[in-house]
Amino acid sequence: MPKVIGLRCRECGAEYELQATHVCEMCFGPLDAVYDQALLKKVVSRQRIEQGPKSMWRYRDLLPIEDSVNVVTLGEGFTPLVKADRLGAELGLRNLYVKNDTMNPTNSFKDRVVSVAISWARAHGFETIACASTGNLANAVAAYAARAGLECFVFIPVDLEPAKVASISVFDPNIVAVRGNYDEVNRLCSQLLESTPWAFCNINIRPFYAEGSKTLTFETAEQLGWKLPDEIIIPIGSGCQFVRHRQAVRELLEFGLVRGDRVPAFTGAQALGCAPVYNAFVSDTPDRVLPVKPNTIAKSIAIGNPSDGVYVNRIARETGGVVEAVTEEEIVDGIRLLARTEGIFTETAGGVTIGVLAKLARAGRWNGDETVVAYVTGHGLKTADVLASANGHSSRRVEIEPTMKSFREKVTI
Amino acid sequence: MPQFRIPGPLRRLSEGHTTVDVEATDVVGAIVALDAAYPGFKDRLLDENGDLRQFVNLYLNDEDVRLVGSGLGAKVGEKDEISIVPAVAGG
Ligand SMILES: Cc1ncc(COP(=O)(O)O)c(C=O)c1O
Ligand SMILES: [Zn+2]
Repeated sequence: MPKVIGLRCRECGAEYELQATHVCEMCFGPLDAVYDQALLKKVVSRQRIEQGPKSMWRYRDLLPIEDSVNVVTLGEGFTPLVKADRLGAELGLRNLYVKNDTMNPTNSFKDRVVSVAISWARAHGFETIACASTGNLANAVAAYAARAGLECFVFIPVDLEPAKVASISVFDPNIVAVRGNYDEVNRLCSQLLESTPWAFCNINIRPFYAEGSKTLTFETAEQLGWKLPDEIIIPIGSGCQFVRHRQAVRELLEFGLVRGDRVPAFTGAQALGCAPVYNAFVSDTPDRVLPVKPNTIAKSIAIGNPSDGVYVNRIARETGGVVEAVTEEEIVDGIRLLARTEGIFTETAGGVTIGVLAKLARAGRWNGDETVVAYVTGHGLKTADVLASANGHSSRRVEIEPTMKSFREKVTI
Repeated sequence: MPQFRIPGPLRRLSEGHTTVDVEATDVVGAIVALDAAYPGFKDRLLDENGDLRQFVNLYLNDEDVRLVGSGLGAKVGEKDEISIVPAVAGG
């Protein structure tokens, strides 16, 4: 019996057969995958999950891939949930955790969504995988397409960080560098959809792709001993994963994996240089997210026209969370703070998350006993250039001659 | 005449047409004209307040109309193209 029975419009509830499409014909709203709830109620259990692989595929019952399908995997997910005591001490939080998703195969949380997307696409006969990307998605798509033996086209803004371009190129996909920003790349791909028989991970197969994000929250709950935290801090690009994390909590409660009915506060993090969701959140009309032209070092989340922005604001408000934004300087400070206190090196998107965490903590948002989890979604080597350009060498660096004399002169121990 | 570009999933409403020519001088007028030719477009593109719905993007040639100063009031002329593009997820 199939567990995924179709697609449903998030706005009007219209239902569709299972297929590669993402828009409701009736109201133009976004489509989500629909599961056979009765079937899931029967099969989903902590025990089945705990016996599963040490990857995100231990939650396979809650992903839109049927049991008969051979999944495309590189061992993504089940990343460390680190109790961040030293960072917590600086911020006055005694139960702070960092979900270290830099530890994925291509070093960002995108491996989760792409593993699901490409597994779905291959099982449904697609021969070419494509995406519009701010970098991390293209990196994951190129790697998983190589693993799956599928053709690959990635579309990226022409000004992407060199480290990201290198780590995409090595997998030998067709790279189309578009002279425009991410929103323009996306628009081009939306139009290309019609003239290509391709599976665009974040466009026509997005209903399946998006589902992969849920595993980050499933893991967080499992790693906390099947408990939910009090608050989760999530970086927002399109807002797609934020919305799926809310759904993941719903499923954890619905299927009895976590007891009770308490829902964590969902808090979103943006860079002020691209903060359309934050701007709306703090305005009188949080239901109207106006697009902006991005200008920030946090390129992986520099989406000026976020598809799920309105849903993010609704969820943040309903759960008692907030959407907060930080300056470019605070992003770099966030990267350094996490590295210095916890030994974790994150890219700018993680700098945004930690920056927002620090800002809220210092503003007195928490009394100190709450369990707070920060999702750190990408590795620092992807954007290492922002550290170099911020102030050149580290202030703790000295250069010496290879002699004892020079060492004694220049180094204080 | 200004021309609308209709994306695949929305073409059921335009009876399969990829493009629809409309008689109009601004974007709102163009939407009204499109709706007159193929009823249903207006309610799907605009909310109760007459604002563009959140999950729909409208491009006037290459510019997002929300980013054009005059927004839906932006003038359209002879060779202008208005594209409807459903919102896309990221990253
Ligand atoms: C590292 C990283 N974090 C967060 C995000 C934001 O995810 P979403 O677009 O689902 O909001 C992205 C990509 O967009 C990303 O690459
Ligand atoms: Zn609908």
